Amino acid sequence: MDFSDSPQEASFRRRLRDWLAVSNPGLPAFSTSDQYWAGAAAWHQALYDAGFFGLSWPAEYGGHGLPAVYDVIIDEELAAAGAPSRPSLGYLVQGFLKHASDDVRQRFLPGIISGRDRWCQGFSEPEAGSDLASLRTSAERDGSRWIISGQKIWTSYSDSADWCLLLARTDANVPRHRGLTAFAVRMDQPGIRQQPIRMINGVSREFGEVFFDGAAARHQDMIGQPGEGWALAMTVVSHEREPGELGYVARYTKAARELVQLVRSDPGRYLAEDVASVGWAVVAAEMLRVHACRRLSERLDGLSPGPAGSVDKLLMTETDQAVGHAALAVSSFASGSAAEGEQASGDSWLRMYLYSRAASVMGGTSEIQRNLVATRVLGLPVG
Amino acid sequence: MDARLSAEQRALREAAARLAHDLGPGSVGDLGNMPRAARLEAVMAAAGWRELRAASGDDGTGEPLASAVDTALVAEELARGLADVTFLGPTLAAELRRLAGAAPASTLETVALTPALTGLASASAPHSTTADTAVAIDSGGCTSALLLVAGPDGAGLATVALTAAKPAPDLTRPLTSAQTTGAERVPARLALTTALLDRWSAFTIAMTCADLVGTMRGAVHLGCEYARIRRQYAAVIGTFQAVQHALASAHVAAEGSASAALHAAWAADALPPGEARLAAAIAKAYCSRAARSVCETVIQVHGGIGNTWDCTAHLYLRRALLSARILGGTAPSLAYVLANYQISGAA
Repeated sequence: MDFSDSPQEASFRRRLRDWLAVSNPGLPAFSTSDQYWAGAAAWHQALYDAGFFGLSWPAEYGGHGLPAVYDVIIDEELAAAGAPSRPSLGYLVQGFLKHASDDVRQRFLPGIISGRDRWCQGFSEPEAGSDLASLRTSAERDGSRWIISGQKIWTSYSDSADWCLLLARTDANVPRHRGLTAFAVRMDQPGIRQQPIRMINGVSREFGEVFFDGAAARHQDMIGQPGEGWALAMTVVSHEREPGELGYVARYTKAARELVQLVRSDPGRYLAEDVASVGWAVVAAEMLRVHACRRLSERLDGLSPGPAGSVDKLLMTETDQAVGHAALAVSSFASGSAAEGEQASGDSWLRMYLYSRAASVMGGTSEIQRNLVATRVLGLPVG
Repeated sequence: MDARLSAEQRALREAAARLAHDLGPGSVGDLGNMPRAARLEAVMAAAGWRELRAASGDDGTGEPLASAVDTALVAEELARGLADVTFLGPTLAAELRRLAGAAPASTLETVALTPALTGLASASAPHSTTADTAVAIDSGGCTSALLLVAGPDGAGLATVALTAAKPAPDLTRPLTSAQTTGAERVPARLALTTALLDRWSAFTIAMTCADLVGTMRGAVHLGCEYARIRRQYAAVIGTFQAVQHALASAHVAAEGSASAALHAAWAADALPPGEARLAAAIAKAYCSRAARSVCETVIQVHGGIGNTWDCTAHLYLRRALLSARILGGTAPSLAYVLANYQISGAA
């Protein structure tokens, strides 16, 4: 039981710290402006090229084959340097690792991990949100291709993606969970149209909706077997619930430090309850940091995230929204210096708060997570 | 970096869990079962778990016999089983003696805290006319309590006699009043500097966090058991989403608390005193807020029954309320975090 660095970990940490001292791109806070997303691809490639991305993934695909706890070091040092968090695509990688054939992994994983190819994930649909298995986007076999029709929504990075990991219905005559298949689909082809969705904080470069009308996927780009789509989706979403996988700890810790600095620099400016909310942001961020360390340590036993991932997702959401409330507390809106609509919308703390409301929806709502905790972790009876 | 428990630690945890399960009070009525309580006390004494923090050297020097993580595992399991046996008080006293380089106590000894339980009490000046009182915590079977006494080169340790039992919120761990006059100085090699007292506070807070985690885990288990058997509307209430979500949230709060508490216990030994004290404050803010909410939820899940004396749920709430108070609950811990969080350098 040791939260401190081994000699190898310590030397890795020093190397990372030295690199960060000269390589921090100084992007704005996570997802508070389109400028953040404009710089995200370059940041991914810079991290990868320097050997600081994909640490726990197999070396044959561009990873480093290190224990998952190395990601804790990455997150701590990114936060300490005030650098952006690492790209959140571990869940895609895990989906490929578990379900794709050797050939498909060889062709796609190196590009995903290096950041050479940008990916988005086409799961949710307007009529299939929490009830994902009801999705209706279809793929029909046409010789060596599959022809896709339908609509996806809440597709992160759809505007910049080269590829989409698409979940489509390939068999309407079997029980709904068994008729789904996953494909890698090129985004730059006729028959695909995407449009951005402007979110409540004004950001429009994170989420989009994607329309498929006669777009094609090659048969060889099917991921896993026909009908294996649901199993792949469950692998992906269970990893999408893991703070250790997503790298969000770095941005919470970074925000917590900035918030503390702010209230210390001008103690008389804030109400006691606003200062307290900054304290809770620190407490939650530190709780999540050590919680992620505990979970990633369990991977040393070869455990992969099971239903307990829903516990982690709820703790991550709690942290995200505690940081959000602290951000609101120090925003110009709360401190009264710029309550005008236009000025307030230019306030990145306010935008951080507004963005935090999505934390209890994305990657599976908190209500769905609590259903899973109650029935799969606590073993309460299903009604 | 490896936050997994070792095989020895898992075995220790299981042994403590077994003791609390086999000899702890299975019900509120069982609290008064004296033969059971005596057997629990006898096994605890034989196990030597109250001396885990005593110095390994015969002269009161050296590393503790067991790590703070080991000790926290015992604290957590005793709380989970609502064990009404003295553990925390003598453990905190042994830690103080070790830090000061004092010989181990010859009889069962606890610590005396200020009336609000926010810190160690201090002995009154020799000719003081005000009769300050202190509170000896977890004082079952103890004959004396340690407190601080001013000395020429910093604080030293002294013992005071215990006086009358105090009404205690926690039905599993008694409190006793202690006079702060007539203190008898304990010979010690070292003065208790701020750094050493921070070290003791960090350890103490980590132990209360472990106790809170055990309390929460025990309470959630109790709530789930009840939700599986209580029927309304021709269904067990555990099938209702409102009840499921309340218990799920309670479990999540307990797990977040467990991570913060484990880190605080590790930090108590491994980090410099100031950092250990900060890790403890972070864990205590989180655990003390969570524990009250979790125990209240479990009372609510029990409905009317949860509000009766004979329901075990209030034993968890009461134990949590006391552990939260010791060395500062939610608000003082949060204030400590805000004042001491390091905003530069490595995490």
